[in-house]
Amino acid sequence: MNTVSVRSLLVRGMLAGLVAGCAALLVAYFLGEPSVDASIGYEEAHSHHDDHGVELVGRTLQSTAGLATGVLVYGVAFGGIAALAFCVALGRIGRFGPRATAALLSLGGLLTVYVVPFLKYPANPPATSDPDTIGQRTALFFLMIALSVLLGLAAIILGRRLAPRLGAWWATVAAVAAFVLAVGLAYAFLPSYDEVPKDFPASVLWRFRLSALAVQGVLWTGFGLLFGHLAERRLAPRAGSVDPARGVVETTP
Amino acid sequence: MAHSAASTTGSPALPEVAPISLKAIAPWAVFFGVLMLVLLYFVGAEQGATSLLSGESVHEWVHDGRHLLGFPCH
Ligand SMILES: [Zn+2]
Repeated sequence: MNTVSVRSLLVRGMLAGLVAGCAALLVAYFLGEPSVDASIGYEEAHSHHDDHGVELVGRTLQSTAGLATGVLVYGVAFGGIAALAFCVALGRIGRFGPRATAALLSLGGLLTVYVVPFLKYPANPPATSDPDTIGQRTALFFLMIALSVLLGLAAIILGRRLAPRLGAWWATVAAVAAFVLAVGLAYAFLPSYDEVPKDFPASVLWRFRLSALAVQGVLWTGFGLLFGHLAERRLAPRAGSVDPARGVVETTP
Repeated sequence: MAHSAASTTGSPALPEVAPISLKAIAPWAVFFGVLMLVLLYFVGAEQGATSLLSGESVHEWVHDGRHLLGFPCH
């Protein structure tokens, strides 16, 4: 058993999440905010009643300090969760060193926590959803994330069970196919929402969604690379059976 | 993935990293796992679908992040 402390990895994970969150914040501000502003412009041009009398938080604060709070807290929180998942995955998902484990985990996180739910319930800019359905949309969004993560874990277990019989390659193909099939079934049976107003500019919607994907891509990639580096440095000197001549555990998947 | 296929078919074994015992992970996972989920809840859903705190200030403050991080909003 590895005696490296969970606390030290958790701290590094939250730190890596914070730094990756800073990079994601730049993407959110420079790529995302223009389409958020365009959506709010559309909203104000179309609102018939004047409910903008008392604005609790102004647009300038929302798009800077408010945005930063949201993205950075999100980065730290997922950094911590991913670090805990890393502690479980390390040495248990095959012969991968710390850096490769972190990279695989981040890729899996991006896909199951964000991309798979996004394809069913994509990110929406302001003024494109019905406020009356917020409860159902939120519940279904979180349900889709939970389902996607659980199906991802199930696919890993399935792949490992099949590996002795099919070999690693075909076991992986079968596990991915089973995952895609199960996700497809979930997509087919969960309700969809078609609430974007007919005259909402399609290019704004497209740019907004691309930016939302870019935010997550940068966040998870940045986290994977940085946390992998930190974990490698933390774990390499004490990784039990490492040949001193080779030093660092080198595994490139 | 091709590399993992190669390693199971007997190519020079890479040094294996010892796993961390689940008993050592469990207390951290329970306490910090819940804490992190609470943080995500406040960024993603508080004063939207459900409200623990009255008012709109949390929602208004993290509003742009909520949209750009993909959480359902308005
Ligand atoms: Zn909104």
